[in-house]
Amino acid sequence: MSAIFTLSILQSALELGCIYSLVALALFISFSILNIADLSTDGCFTLGCAVGAMVTLSGHPYLALFAAMGAGICSGFITAFLQTRMGVPSILAGIIVNTGLYTVNIAVMGFSSNVNLFASDTIFSLAKDKVQASWYDSWYKLLIVLAIVLVIGILLSWFLNTRLGLSIRATGDNEHMVRASSINPLFMITVGLCVANALTALSGAILGQYQKSCDINLGTGMVTIALASLIIGETIIGKGGMFQRVIGVILGSCLYRFIVALALRLNVPAEALKLVSAIIVAIAISFPYLKEKSRFYKMRSNNPGINRKEENTNVSH
Amino acid sequence: MLVIDSVSKTFNPGTVNEKKALDNVSLSLADGDFATIVGSNGAGKSTLFNAITGSFYVDEGRIILGGDDITYCKEHTRSKVIGHLFQDPLKGTAPHMTIEENMALAYLRASTSRHAYFSRISAKEKAKFREQLSLLDMGLEDRMKQPVGLLSGGQRQALTLLMATMVTPRILLLDEHTAALDPATADKVLALTEKIIAERNITCLMVTHNMHQALSLGNRTLMMDGGRIVFHVSGDERKKLSIDDLLDQFRIRAGKQLDNDRILLSK
Repeated sequence: MSAIFTLSILQSALELGCIYSLVALALFISFSILNIADLSTDGCFTLGCAVGAMVTLSGHPYLALFAAMGAGICSGFITAFLQTRMGVPSILAGIIVNTGLYTVNIAVMGFSSNVNLFASDTIFSLAKDKVQASWYDSWYKLLIVLAIVLVIGILLSWFLNTRLGLSIRATGDNEHMVRASSINPLFMITVGLCVANALTALSGAILGQYQKSCDINLGTGMVTIALASLIIGETIIGKGGMFQRVIGVILGSCLYRFIVALALRLNVPAEALKLVSAIIVAIAISFPYLKEKSRFYKMRSNNPGINRKEENTNVSH
Repeated sequence: MLVIDSVSKTFNPGTVNEKKALDNVSLSLADGDFATIVGSNGAGKSTLFNAITGSFYVDEGRIILGGDDITYCKEHTRSKVIGHLFQDPLKGTAPHMTIEENMALAYLRASTSRHAYFSRISAKEKAKFREQLSLLDMGLEDRMKQPVGLLSGGQRQALTLLMATMVTPRILLLDEHTAALDPATADKVLALTEKIIAERNITCLMVTHNMHQALSLGNRTLMMDGGRIVFHVSGDERKKLSIDDLLDQFRIRAGKQLDNDRILLSK
């Protein structure tokens, strides 16, 4: 195993896993809780990265994170507005916003398709100078992203247990009941999508500072990757309290990065990574169904008497 | 108090599917009135309920509840003062949330301020929920952390009833809320319904296909056909009425037999 996974590979998989887990948490809100497939995720991720990069370039790496979240909230609000007030089906609303965001993102980056931050201070470079220790030099990035993700995870599970959070969860679970309980489902969808997109954009902003660059195509396929992480997380942790599920999603995201790192180690060419992601998602989503099905086949083969009867009738036909 | 003043509603107007679901319906319920509604399939019973809850806005007429004109009130606004139970026990609760969380949502009606949004369920509220659940006598008070999806239909309906009446509604609408339950559970839920309604003097409308219930429960009986209220009986006149009389009345008023594939004539 050590031959396949070196410490640095493990470390970067964890770092990326934590950063991308914010997008998985966003889909946890929109897909798992609200039951809406938010296809604006790709564009919103790039939006967060672009806004974050521009603010970082101007010398405010911390402010960049909040600016990105604000941009994400705006994007989420527009997606929600289209589906709650304009009667656009939710999938279409996401696609429309995603398409529009491409132009917005290019414009944010000053009509250029990429921006680099090599000369700017980032949250990582600022934190690196804070402590002088040899172990810190190699682990500070992981520490920062881990801290951010844990804080977000705790805040999110707290939020989902407040009355507002409960109302959002009920909206995705049983809209009939929500309307009969004097809760406005349209408002809950709007709040949920704003929070989700804020997380997506935050993830983009952190990634931009992490890799010191932003590219217009950064977000392509993000929704698939996040979905894979989410489903891996929900499969391994299963149902439980909100905090447990949030932790599951974060673990799922890290696990997904391990699988990708493994694929890269096995000399899968980088161009094939999207295909690998798609295959992982397909397997992860179908896994619970196949498990149930294999249980059925096992049960049937344990009852040979019934099987034989079936075969006999088949023969007689 | 509920006043429905000449309410009409036509679905799909101007198309081949045009259907006049409510035709100049007027009805007035005093505080504490409990009226049962019977009628054939498509008579407009559920449509009347949906007009009251605000699933759609009526074409004509006015709906006044507790002195407020709610004709053009949004659905989630008026549901603050309306309790609604459906025939389908799955409709009234959120299956993936715990009993406690479901009750907390129902209790949201009691809060009038917006800052309650970021508060969590308090220990005091939990104790209150627990006490109310114990009244159901179904052992649910020890399962408050379990998702509602694990409960049986009867348990879910009893919980929904509790949630709908947790904050005393101005009117309680029961749309055949025991029809999908087995007889023993149905009796239990019905007894519970009667108890809660009597204890708190709740104004109530109840759709039923059980002719016996239609006459024995509450103090008024309404009969609907073709989107209209065709027969209305209360007081002493109602006490003397038998199930056969009720069916005769329907034949006279609606000009046809009471045709309903789910009608129950006996107890």
